[in-house]
Amino acid sequence: MTAAADRLAAPSRSPARHSATTRVVIYGLLIAFAILYVAPLVVMVMTSLKPLDEVTGGNMFYWPQHLTLEPWTKAWGTTCVGLTCEGIKGYVWNSVKMVIPAVLISSLLGALNGYVLTKWRFPGHKLVFGMMLFACFIPFQSVLIPMATILGRLGAIGQELTDATGFSFGFGNPTVNLVLVHVVYGLGFTTLFFRNYYETFPTELVKAAQIDGAGFFQIFRRILLPNSAPIFIVTVIYQFTNIWNDFLFGSTFAAGDAAPMTVALYNIVNTSTGVIEYNVNMAAAIIAAAPTLVVYIVAGRYFVRGLMAGAVKG
Amino acid sequence: MSTLEIRSLRKKYGSLEILKGIDITLEKGGFLVLVGPSGCGKSTLLNSIAGLESITSGEIRIGGQVVNDLHPSKRDIAMVFQSYALYPNMSVGENMAFGMEMRGVPKPERDKAVAAVAKTLQLEHLLDRRPSQLSGGQRQRVAMGRALVRQPQVFLFDEPLSNLDAKLRVDMRIEIKRLHQQTGTTIVYVTHDQIEAMTLATKIAVLKDGELQQVGSPYEIYNSPSNLFVADFMGSPAMNLLEGKITGANGARQILIDRRDHAPIVLPVPSSADATRLSEGANVIFGIRPEAVNDMESIDRNAKSVVTFDATVEIVEPAGADTYVVTRAAGKEMTARMRAETPVAVGQTHTFAFNLDKALLFDPQTSRRI
Repeated sequence: MTAAADRLAAPSRSPARHSATTRVVIYGLLIAFAILYVAPLVVMVMTSLKPLDEVTGGNMFYWPQHLTLEPWTKAWGTTCVGLTCEGIKGYVWNSVKMVIPAVLISSLLGALNGYVLTKWRFPGHKLVFGMMLFACFIPFQSVLIPMATILGRLGAIGQELTDATGFSFGFGNPTVNLVLVHVVYGLGFTTLFFRNYYETFPTELVKAAQIDGAGFFQIFRRILLPNSAPIFIVTVIYQFTNIWNDFLFGSTFAAGDAAPMTVALYNIVNTSTGVIEYNVNMAAAIIAAAPTLVVYIVAGRYFVRGLMAGAVKG
Repeated sequence: MSTLEIRSLRKKYGSLEILKGIDITLEKGGFLVLVGPSGCGKSTLLNSIAGLESITSGEIRIGGQVVNDLHPSKRDIAMVFQSYALYPNMSVGENMAFGMEMRGVPKPERDKAVAAVAKTLQLEHLLDRRPSQLSGGQRQRVAMGRALVRQPQVFLFDEPLSNLDAKLRVDMRIEIKRLHQQTGTTIVYVTHDQIEAMTLATKIAVLKDGELQQVGSPYEIYNSPSNLFVADFMGSPAMNLLEGKITGANGARQILIDRRDHAPIVLPVPSSADATRLSEGANVIFGIRPEAVNDMESIDRNAKSVVTFDATVEIVEPAGADTYVVTRAAGKEMTARMRAETPVAVGQTHTFAFNLDKALLFDPQTSRRI
């Protein structure tokens, strides 16, 4: 083990193996790409901290002369999204209300699918899994119209329920609709993640729990789930990023006040009246991107660990 | 009444038959070892008893009750798995109490039962640890503790020692035997290690290709194997099985074993064989264990029938307590187990002796013992 590790580590440790030019090329490329990736973010942050005249009058790479947080407060509270001028705060909240249930439900259902597809195999389980995998590769544009039809039906049911009981039970609510859409189209990926993770999960544990008298859901809740933290984190990050960043479904199925953050951002940037407030746009864009960044920074190392867990046993 | 009864048990996967009619009974307090090469169906048989696999036909009774269609948790069994199958997210104590928790036993009772078993197995100081913090031997003991806590009618062990290193395996073997003696539990134990089978069992069942080859005490299995497979499978080094021919008329039958560079070995029919079933010119397989092949100095003093012959020594394997000497007869290698101090050298001709009291004859056609 140590001998092998030494052999692996040796080339990077011994400077003799790399000439100075090789190292200059390697570090030069790495630095160039790092700048390429970081530059847009730096420009965004700088622009969002400048007053508007500095943005329109100066170079975008100039350091702000008068630091101001005004674009941020405006983006959050008073900028115009479409016809209403109340900032993006309501839309951020729309996104949160949609993302949290959608991520949790799709991850839990994916875990349940993975559990059944590996530990309670039934004839045809391979076909079912194959079809779920297929769901990962469906272009979302192609399902917009069928989905719209289904959501229309659900809306009609909601209308009838409202007429009958005065309450729609969530049918036809745009946020509920988006949660449903994201759960349905996220299931392929979450199932894939959990199935591959549970494939290496020792079946003897399930057998032992059966002998101990645990039932289907007890085994899932007491044995499988508590040992799924790595893959759960991977799935949550993946789903959170995808659903938070989704624009297509949001703009199609949730118009107006119920629109998620991404759609609101588009409406701010795409305004056709007055001066384009780049500083406010940048602040709004950073606010929109922040949650996924935070999630990745907080849980990123678990993400890598979870991806590895399926690949390397033990 | 037997604690475990298996009658004409069959198991099929599609058209593939894994178990081809198994009949075994095990009395209370017995220790049954299922042994056989990989793929012989021994694990399938154990899983069928546990209820983890359904059976195609036949009957399994535990404590007189037919359990064919009972859920594993209702069969009054406990199982120790090869990988121990300890729940990694629970402490040792919670692992042991999980079965009781699932059956709704109140916490004070659970704690009491766990404490009692932990004391027997000297696990008291480990109860709050996680399985990942334990050594291999400790995990093994926890797995046994989890089984013991249930106080089942039958314990099932699925190759429980195969993940341990050689020394620990011997220690745990002794511990399992002690546990069996102290508690008088009924155990079914699967292994492919024939030393484990010999040392632990009160009853051994040898399986091959889903068929029961022989069931009997370790002594019977070792000394009177019913066919060539059992003879070859049990014992290490394996029994010498040499092709021979019957010569001589009725009443004076002899066995002739041809050799290339020495005179043939001529032997009287061993006492274990039924001489009336032999006919002149018939082929037989002469079976003799390495410990019954010695020289005149180290042969069993009480042996009634001894035959000596000269042979060339091909390989000498000193094993500490004994020295294994490999020579050649009937075109095959033949191993002799000699005293460690035996003066033999490769290439030399040495005078060997067969202890015919321990020799067996097999029919090469049916492979059964004669």
